[in-house]
Amino acid sequence: MQKTSSLEPMGLGPDNPGGARVCHSDQRRQGPGMESPQKTEVVLLACGSFNPVTNMHLRLFELAKDHMNATGKYRVIKGIISPVGDAYKKKGLISAHHRVIMAQLATQTSSWVEVDTWESLQKEWVETAKVLRHHQEKLEARGCEQQDSPVLERPGRKRKWAEQRSELNQKKTLEPQRKDVPEVKLLCGADLLESFGVPNLWKREDIANIVGDYGLVCVTRAGNDAQRFIYESDVLWRHQANIHLVNEWITNDISSTKIRRALRRSQSIRYLVPDLVQEYIEKHNLYSAESEERNVGVILAPLQRNTAATNSRTTTA
Amino acid sequence: MKSRIPVVLLACGSFNPITNMHLRLFEVARDHLHQTGTYQVIGGIISPVSDNYKKKDLAAAHHRVAMVRLALQTSDWIRVDPWESEQAQWTETVKVLRHHHSELLRYLPQEEGRGQGRAVSPAPAAVPELKLLCGADILKTFQTPNLWKDEHIQEIVEKFGLVCVGRAGHDLKGYISDSPILQRCQHNILLVREPVQNDISATYIRRALGHGQSVKYLLPDAVIAYIKDHNLYSTGSSWKGSSAPNSEGETS
Repeated sequence: MQKTSSLEPMGLGPDNPGGARVCHSDQRRQGPGMESPQKTEVVLLACGSFNPVTNMHLRLFELAKDHMNATGKYRVIKGIISPVGDAYKKKGLISAHHRVIMAQLATQTSSWVEVDTWESLQKEWVETAKVLRHHQEKLEARGCEQQDSPVLERPGRKRKWAEQRSELNQKKTLEPQRKDVPEVKLLCGADLLESFGVPNLWKREDIANIVGDYGLVCVTRAGNDAQRFIYESDVLWRHQANIHLVNEWITNDISSTKIRRALRRSQSIRYLVPDLVQEYIEKHNLYSAESEERNVGVILAPLQRNTAATNSRTTTA
Repeated sequence: MKSRIPVVLLACGSFNPITNMHLRLFEVARDHLHQTGTYQVIGGIISPVSDNYKKKDLAAAHHRVAMVRLALQTSDWIRVDPWESEQAQWTETVKVLRHHHSELLRYLPQEEGRGQGRAVSPAPAAVPELKLLCGADILKTFQTPNLWKDEHIQEIVEKFGLVCVGRAGHDLKGYISDSPILQRCQHNILLVREPVQNDISATYIRRALGHGQSVKYLLPDAVIAYIKDHNLYSTGSSWKGSSAPNSEGETS
Protein backbone atom coordinates (compact mmCIF):
# COMPACT_ATOMS: atom_id res chain seq x y z
CA MET A 1 0.00 0.00 0.00
CA GLN A 2 2.79 2.42 0.77
CA LYS A 3 3.74 4.12 -2.42
CA THR A 4 7.17 5.10 -1.21
CA SER A 5 8.28 1.58 -0.28
CA SER A 6 11.15 1.60 -2.73
CA LEU A 7 12.32 4.97 -1.54
CA GLU A 8 13.02 4.17 2.08
CA PRO A 9 16.10 5.95 3.27
CA MET A 10 18.81 3.58 4.39
CA GLY A 11 18.84 3.09 8.13
CA LEU A 12 16.02 5.50 8.87
CA GLY A 13 12.34 4.90 9.51
CA PRO A 14 9.94 5.23 6.60
CA ASP A 15 8.35 8.27 8.13
CA ASN A 16 11.30 10.51 8.66
CA PRO A 17 10.52 13.54 6.61
CA GLY A 18 13.37 15.53 8.06
CA GLY A 19 15.88 12.81 7.39
CA ALA A 20 18.81 12.78 5.03
CA ARG A 21 18.42 12.56 1.30
CA VAL A 22 16.72 9.32 0.41
CA CYS A 23 18.80 6.59 -1.17
CA HIS A 24 17.21 4.91 -4.09
CA SER A 25 18.38 1.36 -4.58
CA ASP A 26 17.51 1.64 -8.25
CA GLN A 27 19.36 4.87 -8.74
CA ARG A 28 22.29 3.40 -10.60
CA ARG A 29 19.90 1.91 -13.13
CA GLN A 30 18.47 5.23 -14.16
CA GLY A 31 19.92 6.72 -17.30
CA PRO A 32 20.42 10.41 -17.95
CA GLY A 33 17.39 12.48 -18.79
CA MET A 34 15.10 10.61 -16.38
CA GLU A 35 13.03 12.42 -13.77
CA SER A 36 14.76 12.69 -10.41
CA PRO A 37 14.24 9.15 -9.10
CA GLN A 38 14.35 9.98 -5.45
CA LYS A 39 11.14 11.92 -5.37
CA THR A 40 7.60 10.86 -6.04
CA GLU A 41 5.76 13.34 -8.17
CA VAL A 42 2.49 14.44 -6.69
CA VAL A 43 -0.63 16.05 -8.05
CA LEU A 44 -2.82 17.71 -5.42
CA LEU A 45 -6.52 17.41 -6.17
CA ALA A 46 -9.06 19.50 -4.28
CA CYS A 47 -12.71 18.61 -4.57
CA GLY A 48 -15.43 20.84 -3.22
CA SER A 49 -18.20 23.27 -3.93
CA PHE A 50 -15.97 26.31 -4.39
CA ASN A 51 -19.07 28.38 -3.89
CA PRO A 52 -17.18 30.67 -4.30
CA VAL A 53 -13.47 29.90 -4.36
CA THR A 54 -11.63 31.96 -1.74
CA ASN A 55 -8.07 32.94 -0.80
CA MET A 56 -8.22 30.23 1.83
CA HIS A 57 -8.75 27.51 -0.79
CA LEU A 58 -5.81 28.84 -2.71
CA ARG A 59 -3.67 28.94 0.43
CA LEU A 60 -4.31 25.24 1.03
CA PHE A 61 -2.48 24.47 -2.19
CA GLU A 62 0.50 26.66 -1.30
CA LEU A 63 0.82 25.24 2.21
CA ALA A 64 0.43 21.65 1.03
CA LYS A 65 2.97 22.07 -1.74
CA ASP A 66 5.58 23.60 0.55
CA HIS A 67 5.01 20.85 3.11
CA MET A 68 5.18 17.93 0.69
CA ASN A 69 8.25 19.31 -1.07
CA ALA A 70 9.98 19.91 2.25
CA THR A 71 9.72 16.22 3.20
CA GLY A 72 12.30 15.51 0.52
CA LYS A 73 10.23 12.55 -0.67
CA TYR A 74 7.80 14.35 -2.93
CA ARG A 75 7.74 16.91 -5.67
CA VAL A 76 4.40 18.56 -6.22
CA ILE A 77 4.01 19.16 -9.93
CA LYS A 78 0.41 20.25 -10.25
CA GLY A 79 -2.65 21.35 -8.35
CA ILE A 80 -6.18 20.74 -9.57
CA ILE A 81 -9.37 22.43 -8.44
CA SER A 82 -12.33 20.22 -9.28
CA PRO A 83 -15.61 21.98 -8.54
CA VAL A 84 -18.49 19.65 -7.76
CA GLY A 85 -21.36 19.24 -10.20
CA ASP A 86 -24.77 20.84 -9.67
CA ALA A 87 -26.24 17.41 -8.98
CA TYR A 88 -24.58 17.54 -5.56
CA LYS A 89 -27.63 19.55 -4.49
CA LYS A 90 -26.04 21.45 -1.65
CA LYS A 91 -28.01 24.36 -0.22
CA GLY A 92 -27.02 27.63 -1.85
CA LEU A 93 -24.97 25.96 -4.59
CA ILE A 94 -25.01 28.17 -7.67
CA SER A 95 -24.47 26.84 -11.17
CA ALA A 96 -21.24 25.00 -11.92
CA HIS A 97 -20.71 27.26 -14.92
CA HIS A 98 -20.07 30.26 -12.68
CA ARG A 99 -18.14 28.34 -10.06
CA VAL A 100 -15.78 26.99 -12.69
CA ILE A 101 -15.19 30.43 -14.18
CA MET A 102 -14.48 31.93 -10.77
CA ALA A 103 -11.98 29.17 -10.02
CA GLN A 104 -10.33 29.82 -13.37
CA LEU A 105 -10.10 33.54 -12.64
CA ALA A 106 -8.70 32.75 -9.22
CA THR A 107 -5.94 30.57 -10.63
CA GLN A 108 -5.00 32.85 -13.49
CA THR A 109 -1.88 34.03 -11.70
CA SER A 110 -0.89 30.58 -10.49
CA SER A 111 1.91 28.79 -12.26
CA TRP A 112 0.86 25.34 -11.11
CA VAL A 113 -2.78 25.24 -9.98
CA GLU A 114 -5.46 24.78 -12.59
CA VAL A 115 -9.17 24.00 -12.84
CA ASP A 116 -10.61 20.75 -14.16
CA THR A 117 -14.21 20.67 -15.33
CA TRP A 118 -14.71 16.92 -15.77
CA GLU A 119 -16.49 16.43 -12.45
CA SER A 120 -18.66 19.53 -12.85
CA LEU A 121 -19.84 18.37 -16.27
CA GLN A 122 -21.17 15.00 -15.14
CA LYS A 123 -24.96 14.76 -15.01
CA GLU A 124 -24.98 12.71 -11.83
CA TRP A 125 -22.97 13.47 -8.72
CA VAL A 126 -19.59 11.71 -8.75
CA GLU A 127 -18.03 10.24 -5.63
CA THR A 128 -14.69 11.76 -4.68
CA ALA A 129 -12.97 8.39 -4.98
CA LYS A 130 -14.11 8.25 -8.61
CA VAL A 131 -12.76 11.73 -9.29
CA LEU A 132 -9.42 10.68 -7.85
CA ARG A 133 -9.47 7.56 -9.99
CA HIS A 134 -10.34 9.57 -13.09
CA HIS A 135 -7.37 11.85 -12.62
CA GLN A 136 -4.98 9.05 -11.69
CA GLU A 137 -5.98 7.11 -14.80
CA LYS A 138 -5.45 10.21 -16.92
CA LEU A 139 -1.93 10.50 -15.57
CA GLU A 140 -1.24 6.82 -16.15
CA ALA A 141 -2.52 7.02 -19.70
CA ARG A 142 -0.16 9.90 -20.32
CA GLY A 143 2.64 7.89 -18.75
CA CYS A 144 1.87 5.00 -21.12
CA GLU A 145 2.07 7.29 -24.15
CA GLN A 146 5.54 8.34 -23.11
CA GLN A 147 6.50 4.71 -22.56
CA ASP A 148 5.52 3.69 -26.07
CA SER A 149 7.65 6.33 -27.75
CA PRO A 150 10.04 4.97 -30.40
CA VAL A 151 12.99 5.09 -28.01
CA LEU A 152 13.39 1.32 -28.30
CA GLU A 153 14.35 1.53 -31.96
CA ARG A 154 17.32 3.80 -31.43
CA PRO A 155 20.77 2.27 -31.17
CA GLY A 156 23.43 2.80 -28.58
CA ARG A 157 22.89 4.33 -25.22
CA LYS A 158 19.17 4.85 -25.56
CA ARG A 159 18.49 1.21 -26.30
CA LYS A 160 20.42 0.20 -23.24
CA TRP A 161 18.37 2.63 -21.25
CA ALA A 162 15.16 1.23 -22.69
CA GLU A 163 16.25 -2.30 -21.83
CA GLN A 164 16.94 -1.24 -18.30
CA ARG A 165 13.53 0.33 -18.12
CA SER A 166 11.79 -2.83 -19.31
CA GLU A 167 13.65 -4.78 -16.63
CA LEU A 168 12.43 -2.25 -14.12
CA ASN A 169 8.88 -2.60 -15.35
CA GLN A 170 8.93 -6.36 -15.08
CA LYS A 171 10.00 -6.02 -11.49
CA LYS A 172 7.21 -3.56 -10.91
CA THR A 173 4.30 -5.46 -12.41
CA LEU A 174 3.29 -6.53 -8.93
CA GLU A 175 3.03 -2.93 -7.72
CA PRO A 176 -0.21 -1.07 -8.41
CA GLN A 177 1.61 1.98 -9.80
CA ARG A 178 4.87 2.76 -11.53
CA LYS A 179 7.19 5.10 -9.71
CA ASP A 180 7.40 7.44 -12.67
CA VAL A 181 3.69 8.16 -12.83
CA PRO A 182 2.74 11.03 -10.55
CA GLU A 183 0.45 10.21 -7.65
CA VAL A 184 -2.81 12.00 -7.17
CA LYS A 185 -3.57 12.94 -3.59
CA LEU A 186 -6.68 14.49 -2.15
CA LEU A 187 -6.04 17.95 -0.73
CA CYS A 188 -8.43 19.02 1.97
CA GLY A 189 -9.03 20.78 5.24
CA ALA A 190 -9.74 19.15 8.55
CA ASP A 191 -13.46 19.51 7.97
CA LEU A 192 -13.34 16.99 5.14
CA LEU A 193 -11.30 14.56 7.21
CA GLU A 194 -13.83 14.76 10.00
CA SER A 195 -16.73 14.47 7.59
CA PHE A 196 -15.65 10.86 7.13
CA GLY A 197 -17.52 10.34 10.39
CA VAL A 198 -20.85 11.68 9.15
CA PRO A 199 -23.22 8.75 8.60
CA ASN A 200 -24.00 7.97 4.97
CA LEU A 201 -21.90 10.81 3.63
CA TRP A 202 -19.12 8.51 2.51
CA LYS A 203 -19.05 4.84 1.59
CA ARG A 204 -16.71 2.88 3.84
CA GLU A 205 -14.97 1.38 0.85
CA ASP A 206 -14.45 4.83 -0.65
CA ILE A 207 -12.72 6.10 2.47
CA ALA A 208 -10.43 3.07 2.43
CA ASN A 209 -9.85 3.62 -1.27
CA ILE A 210 -9.01 7.28 -0.86
CA VAL A 211 -6.53 6.90 1.99
CA GLY A 212 -5.24 3.51 0.90
CA ASP A 213 -4.66 3.92 -2.82
CA TYR A 214 -4.27 7.66 -3.14
CA GLY A 215 -3.54 9.53 0.05
CA LEU A 216 -4.73 12.62 1.85
CA VAL A 217 -2.98 15.92 2.34
CA CYS A 218 -4.92 17.63 5.09
CA VAL A 219 -4.24 21.24 6.02
CA THR A 220 -5.37 22.10 9.50
CA ARG A 221 -4.89 24.47 12.39
CA ALA A 222 -5.97 21.87 14.89
CA GLY A 223 -3.36 19.21 14.29
CA ASN A 224 -4.07 17.46 17.57
CA ASP A 225 -7.75 17.08 16.81
CA ALA A 226 -6.96 15.68 13.39
CA GLN A 227 -4.47 13.22 14.86
CA ARG A 228 -7.01 12.11 17.42
CA PHE A 229 -9.61 11.64 14.72
CA ILE A 230 -7.19 9.45 12.76
CA TYR A 231 -6.35 7.49 15.89
CA GLU A 232 -10.01 6.81 16.61
CA SER A 233 -10.70 5.46 13.14
CA ASP A 234 -9.48 1.97 12.23
CA VAL A 235 -9.36 2.59 8.52
CA LEU A 236 -7.57 5.94 8.85
CA TRP A 237 -5.18 4.51 11.40
CA ARG A 238 -4.26 1.67 9.10
CA HIS A 239 -3.29 4.09 6.34
CA GLN A 240 -1.91 6.88 8.48
CA ALA A 241 1.34 6.93 6.54
CA ASN A 242 -0.73 8.07 3.61
CA ILE A 243 -2.33 10.92 5.53
CA HIS A 244 -0.14 13.99 5.56
CA LEU A 245 -1.15 16.61 8.11
CA VAL A 246 -0.03 20.10 7.22
CA ASN A 247 0.04 22.77 9.87
CA GLU A 248 -1.64 26.06 9.21
CA TRP A 249 -0.12 28.34 11.80
CA ILE A 250 -2.28 31.37 11.22
CA THR A 251 -6.03 31.46 11.39
CA ASN A 252 -7.37 32.09 7.97
CA ASP A 253 -11.05 31.53 8.37
CA ILE A 254 -12.27 32.64 4.96
CA SER A 255 -15.15 30.24 4.40
CA SER A 256 -17.38 30.45 1.36
CA THR A 257 -20.38 30.59 3.69
CA LYS A 258 -19.08 33.78 5.27
CA ILE A 259 -18.36 35.25 1.88
CA ARG A 260 -21.92 34.61 0.74
CA ARG A 261 -23.29 36.04 3.97
CA ALA A 262 -21.20 39.19 3.60
CA LEU A 263 -22.45 39.60 0.04
CA ARG A 264 -26.07 39.30 1.14
CA ARG A 265 -25.38 42.07 3.65
CA SER A 266 -23.66 44.27 1.05
CA GLN A 267 -20.40 43.96 2.92
CA SER A 268 -17.03 44.02 1.24
CA ILE A 269 -15.31 40.75 0.34
CA ARG A 270 -12.20 42.43 -0.99
CA TYR A 271 -8.91 40.79 -0.02
CA LEU A 272 -10.79 37.60 0.96
CA VAL A 273 -11.07 36.43 -2.62
CA PRO A 274 -8.94 37.34 -5.62
CA ASP A 275 -9.92 40.69 -7.16
CA LEU A 276 -11.04 39.07 -10.41
CA VAL A 277 -13.42 36.79 -8.50
CA GLN A 278 -14.85 39.69 -6.53
CA GLU A 279 -15.43 41.64 -9.74
CA TYR A 280 -17.06 38.64 -11.43
CA ILE A 281 -19.43 38.08 -8.52
CA GLU A 282 -20.38 41.73 -8.50
CA LYS A 283 -20.86 41.90 -12.25
CA HIS A 284 -23.14 38.87 -12.32
CA ASN A 285 -24.77 39.46 -8.95
CA LEU A 286 -24.24 35.81 -8.18
CA TYR A 287 -25.10 35.56 -4.51
CA SER A 288 -28.28 36.74 -2.87
CA ALA A 289 -30.97 35.66 -0.48
CA GLU A 290 -32.58 33.86 -3.40
CA SER A 291 -29.48 31.95 -4.46
CA GLU A 292 -28.98 30.85 -0.85
CA GLU A 293 -32.39 29.17 -0.99
CA ARG A 294 -31.42 26.87 -3.84
CA ASN A 295 -31.79 23.16 -3.01
CA VAL A 296 -33.59 23.89 0.24
CA GLY A 297 -35.47 20.76 1.18
CA VAL A 298 -33.46 18.64 -1.22
CA ILE A 299 -31.35 15.84 0.16
CA LEU A 300 -27.62 16.06 -0.51
CA ALA A 301 -26.70 13.64 -3.30
CA PRO A 302 -24.30 11.40 -1.34
CA LEU A 303 -26.80 11.09 1.53
CA GLN A 304 -29.50 10.21 -0.94
CA ARG A 305 -27.39 7.64 -2.72
CA ASN A 306 -25.87 6.01 0.34
CA THR A 307 -29.10 5.94 2.33
CA ALA A 308 -30.91 4.34 -0.61
CA ALA A 309 -28.16 1.75 -0.87
CA THR A 310 -28.40 0.97 2.83
CA ASN A 311 -32.17 0.70 2.62
CA SER A 312 -32.08 -1.66 -0.34
CA ARG A 313 -29.59 -3.87 1.46
CA THR A 314 -31.83 -3.90 4.52
CA THR A 315 -34.92 -4.87 2.60
CA THR A 316 -33.25 -7.67 0.67
CA ALA A 317 -31.53 -9.04 3.77
CA MET B 1 -32.56 62.68 6.41
CA LYS B 2 -29.78 63.45 8.80
CA SER B 3 -26.53 64.06 6.96
CA ARG B 4 -23.70 61.70 7.66
CA ILE B 5 -20.42 62.73 9.16
CA PRO B 6 -17.65 62.34 6.61
CA VAL B 7 -14.78 60.26 7.93
CA VAL B 8 -11.25 59.54 6.78
CA LEU B 9 -9.57 56.48 8.24
CA LEU B 10 -5.85 56.70 9.02
CA ALA B 11 -3.74 53.65 9.74
CA CYS B 12 -0.23 53.97 11.12
CA GLY B 13 2.19 51.11 11.32
CA SER B 14 5.34 49.49 10.03
CA PHE B 15 3.62 47.79 7.07
CA ASN B 16 6.64 45.59 6.96
CA PRO B 17 5.24 44.37 4.58
CA ILE B 18 1.64 45.34 3.98
CA THR B 19 -0.71 42.34 4.05
CA ASN B 20 -4.24 41.44 3.06
CA MET B 21 -5.16 41.76 6.72
CA HIS B 22 -4.16 45.43 6.79
CA LEU B 23 -6.27 46.02 3.71
CA ARG B 24 -9.20 44.14 5.24
CA LEU B 25 -9.14 46.46 8.27
CA PHE B 26 -10.12 49.30 6.00
CA GLU B 27 -12.91 47.40 4.26
CA VAL B 28 -14.37 46.06 7.48
CA ALA B 29 -14.15 49.44 9.21
CA ARG B 30 -15.82 51.21 6.31
CA ASP B 31 -18.69 48.73 6.20
CA HIS B 32 -19.21 49.10 9.93
CA LEU B 33 -19.19 52.88 9.89
CA HIS B 34 -21.68 52.97 7.04
CA GLN B 35 -23.89 50.49 8.79
CA THR B 36 -24.20 52.77 11.84
CA GLY B 37 -25.96 55.26 9.61
CA THR B 38 -23.93 58.04 11.20
CA TYR B 39 -20.83 58.12 9.06
CA GLN B 40 -19.76 58.27 5.47
CA VAL B 41 -16.22 57.11 4.87
CA ILE B 42 -14.74 59.32 2.20
CA GLY B 43 -11.15 58.10 2.21
CA GLY B 44 -8.45 55.98 3.75
CA ILE B 45 -4.79 56.74 4.38
CA ILE B 46 -1.96 54.31 5.06
CA SER B 47 0.99 56.00 6.77
CA PRO B 48 4.06 53.77 7.04
CA VAL B 49 6.35 54.61 9.97
CA SER B 50 9.76 56.13 9.31
CA ASP B 51 12.99 54.15 9.54
CA ASN B 52 13.85 56.02 12.73
CA TYR B 53 11.37 53.89 14.56
CA LYS B 54 14.22 51.38 14.61
CA LYS B 55 12.15 48.27 14.83
CA LYS B 56 13.91 44.99 14.15
CA ASP B 57 14.01 43.86 10.53
CA LEU B 58 12.34 47.02 9.31
CA ALA B 59 12.79 47.29 5.57
CA ALA B 60 13.74 50.73 4.25
CA ALA B 61 10.88 53.22 4.24
CA HIS B 62 10.95 53.79 0.51
CA HIS B 63 10.43 50.05 -0.04
CA ARG B 64 7.58 49.89 2.44
CA VAL B 65 5.92 52.89 0.86
CA ALA B 66 6.38 51.41 -2.62
CA MET B 67 4.81 48.13 -1.49
CA VAL B 68 1.80 49.89 -0.02
CA ARG B 69 1.41 51.85 -3.22
CA LEU B 70 1.42 48.62 -5.23
CA ALA B 71 -1.08 47.05 -2.86
CA LEU B 72 -3.42 50.02 -3.25
CA GLN B 73 -3.27 50.12 -7.03
CA THR B 74 -6.65 48.44 -7.22
CA SER B 75 -8.28 50.39 -4.41
CA ASP B 76 -10.41 53.36 -5.32
CA TRP B 77 -10.56 54.92 -1.87
CA ILE B 78 -7.38 54.17 0.08
CA ARG B 79 -4.05 55.88 -0.61
CA VAL B 80 -0.57 55.82 0.83
CA ASP B 81 0.93 58.94 2.35
CA PRO B 82 4.71 59.03 2.74
CA TRP B 83 4.82 62.16 4.94
CA GLU B 84 5.47 60.31 8.19
CA SER B 85 8.06 58.02 6.58
CA GLU B 86 9.96 61.05 5.29
CA GLN B 87 10.33 62.79 8.62
CA ALA B 88 13.86 62.97 10.02
CA GLN B 89 12.67 62.03 13.49
CA TRP B 90 10.21 59.40 14.51
CA THR B 91 6.77 60.99 14.77
CA GLU B 92 4.28 60.22 17.51
CA THR B 93 0.98 58.95 16.24
CA VAL B 94 -0.90 61.94 17.59
CA LYS B 95 1.30 64.24 15.51
CA VAL B 96 0.59 62.20 12.40
CA LEU B 97 -3.09 62.59 13.11
CA ARG B 98 -2.69 66.33 13.60
CA HIS B 99 -0.78 66.65 10.35
CA HIS B 100 -3.32 64.79 8.26
CA HIS B 101 -6.23 66.54 9.92
CA SER B 102 -4.84 69.95 9.03
CA GLU B 103 -4.25 68.72 5.49
CA LEU B 104 -7.86 67.65 5.30
CA LEU B 105 -9.03 71.06 6.45
CA ARG B 106 -6.74 72.74 3.95
CA TYR B 107 -8.20 70.86 1.02
CA LEU B 108 -11.79 70.99 2.10
CA PRO B 109 -14.01 71.40 -0.97
CA GLN B 110 -15.83 74.73 -1.20
CA GLU B 111 -19.54 74.81 -0.46
CA GLU B 112 -20.46 75.56 -4.06
CA GLY B 113 -18.62 72.51 -5.20
CA ARG B 114 -20.65 70.14 -3.11
CA GLY B 115 -23.30 67.92 -4.60
CA GLN B 116 -21.19 66.96 -7.57
CA GLY B 117 -19.15 64.27 -5.97
CA ARG B 118 -20.26 61.25 -4.07
CA ALA B 119 -21.46 63.21 -1.07
CA VAL B 120 -24.34 61.51 0.62
CA SER B 121 -26.26 64.62 1.45
CA PRO B 122 -26.59 68.02 -0.15
CA ALA B 123 -25.99 69.74 3.19
CA PRO B 124 -23.12 72.25 3.55
CA ALA B 125 -19.66 70.68 3.65
CA ALA B 126 -19.10 69.09 7.01
CA VAL B 127 -15.60 68.96 8.33
CA PRO B 128 -14.39 65.43 7.84
CA GLU B 129 -13.35 63.58 10.95
CA LEU B 130 -10.04 61.82 10.93
CA LYS B 131 -10.08 58.59 12.87
CA LEU B 132 -7.26 56.29 13.79
CA LEU B 133 -7.88 52.84 12.39
CA CYS B 134 -6.18 50.06 14.26
CA GLY B 135 -6.29 46.44 15.24
CA ALA B 136 -7.11 45.23 18.71
CA ASP B 137 -3.44 44.74 19.50
CA ILE B 138 -2.87 48.51 19.42
CA LEU B 139 -5.66 49.18 21.86
CA LYS B 140 -3.96 46.72 24.16
CA THR B 141 -0.66 48.59 23.95
CA PHE B 142 -2.32 51.65 25.49
CA GLN B 143 -1.96 49.72 28.74
CA THR B 144 1.80 49.26 28.44
CA PRO B 145 3.50 51.66 30.83
CA ASN B 146 5.50 54.46 29.20
CA LEU B 147 4.58 53.37 25.73
CA TRP B 148 2.11 56.15 25.11
CA LYS B 149 1.89 59.53 26.76
CA ASP B 150 -1.38 59.83 28.61
CA GLU B 151 -2.15 63.19 27.07
CA HIS B 152 -1.62 61.68 23.64
CA ILE B 153 -4.02 58.85 24.27
CA GLN B 154 -6.49 61.42 25.46
CA GLU B 155 -6.09 63.59 22.40
CA ILE B 156 -6.24 60.64 20.02
CA VAL B 157 -9.45 59.34 21.49
CA GLU B 158 -11.13 62.63 22.38
CA LYS B 159 -10.23 64.85 19.48
CA PHE B 160 -9.97 62.31 16.70
CA GLY B 161 -11.47 58.99 17.60
CA LEU B 162 -10.56 55.36 17.27
CA VAL B 163 -11.90 52.66 15.00
CA CYS B 164 -10.67 49.41 16.41
CA VAL B 165 -11.11 46.10 14.61
CA GLY B 166 -11.35 43.03 16.79
CA ARG B 167 -8.79 40.29 16.62
CA ALA B 168 -8.78 36.81 18.13
CA GLY B 169 -7.53 36.69 21.68
CA HIS B 170 -8.23 40.31 22.39
CA ASP B 171 -10.96 41.51 24.68
CA LEU B 172 -11.65 44.96 23.32
CA LYS B 173 -14.27 45.91 25.87
CA GLY B 174 -11.92 44.74 28.61
CA TYR B 175 -9.11 46.97 27.39
CA ILE B 176 -11.44 49.95 27.47
CA SER B 177 -12.78 49.28 30.93
CA ASP B 178 -9.20 48.80 32.16
CA SER B 179 -8.26 52.34 31.20
CA PRO B 180 -9.96 55.39 32.73
CA ILE B 181 -9.05 57.57 29.75
CA LEU B 182 -10.50 55.13 27.28
CA GLN B 183 -13.55 54.58 29.39
CA ARG B 184 -14.27 58.27 29.53
CA CYS B 185 -14.18 58.55 25.76
CA GLN B 186 -15.93 55.31 24.95
CA HIS B 187 -18.38 57.00 22.63
CA ASN B 188 -15.48 57.93 20.40
CA ILE B 189 -14.15 54.42 20.20
CA LEU B 190 -15.87 52.33 17.58
CA LEU B 191 -15.39 48.62 18.05
CA VAL B 192 -15.69 46.60 14.89
CA ARG B 193 -16.14 42.90 14.82
CA GLU B 194 -14.37 41.07 12.02
CA PRO B 195 -16.39 37.91 11.41
CA VAL B 196 -13.77 36.43 9.13
CA GLN B 197 -10.85 35.64 11.35
CA ASN B 198 -7.75 36.55 9.51
CA ASP B 199 -4.52 36.51 11.47
CA ILE B 200 -2.13 37.27 8.68
CA SER B 201 0.68 39.03 10.49
CA ALA B 202 3.58 40.67 8.70
CA THR B 203 5.87 38.78 11.10
CA TYR B 204 4.50 35.49 9.84
CA ILE B 205 5.02 36.59 6.27
CA ARG B 206 8.61 37.66 6.87
CA ARG B 207 9.32 34.35 8.55
CA ALA B 208 7.76 32.38 5.71
CA LEU B 209 9.78 34.35 3.17
CA GLY B 210 12.91 33.69 5.19
CA HIS B 211 12.14 29.98 5.00
CA GLY B 212 11.53 30.11 1.28
CA GLN B 213 7.85 29.30 1.74
CA SER B 214 5.00 30.63 -0.31
CA VAL B 215 3.09 33.70 0.87
CA LYS B 216 0.80 33.84 -2.12
CA TYR B 217 -2.78 34.91 -1.35
CA LEU B 218 -1.70 36.49 1.96
CA LEU B 219 -0.72 39.72 0.32
CA PRO B 220 -1.20 41.14 -3.18
CA ASP B 221 0.80 39.49 -5.99
CA ALA B 222 2.33 42.84 -6.95
CA VAL B 223 3.79 43.18 -3.46
CA ILE B 224 5.20 39.64 -3.54
CA ALA B 225 6.85 40.40 -6.88
CA TYR B 226 8.36 43.58 -5.46
CA ILE B 227 9.72 41.71 -2.45
CA LYS B 228 11.36 39.13 -4.72
CA ASP B 229 12.72 41.75 -7.13
CA HIS B 230 14.35 43.69 -4.31
CA ASN B 231 15.33 40.64 -2.29
CA LEU B 232 13.60 41.87 0.84
CA TYR B 233 13.06 39.65 3.89
CA SER B 234 15.20 36.89 2.42
CA THR B 235 17.28 36.16 5.49
CA GLY B 236 15.34 34.28 8.14
CA SER B 237 14.07 36.87 10.54
CA SER B 238 12.39 34.11 12.50
CA TRP B 239 13.20 34.43 16.16
CA LYS B 240 15.90 37.02 16.34
CA GLY B 241 13.74 38.71 18.91
CA SER B 242 10.12 39.61 19.38
CA SER B 243 8.88 42.81 17.88
CA ALA B 244 8.92 44.49 21.28
CA PRO B 245 8.09 48.11 20.64
CA ASN B 246 10.69 50.59 21.85
CA SER B 247 8.25 53.46 21.90
CA GLU B 248 4.66 53.64 20.80
CA GLY B 249 3.31 50.36 19.65
CA GLU B 250 1.82 49.87 16.27
CA THR B 251 0.62 47.07 14.09
CA SER B 252 3.22 44.47 13.22
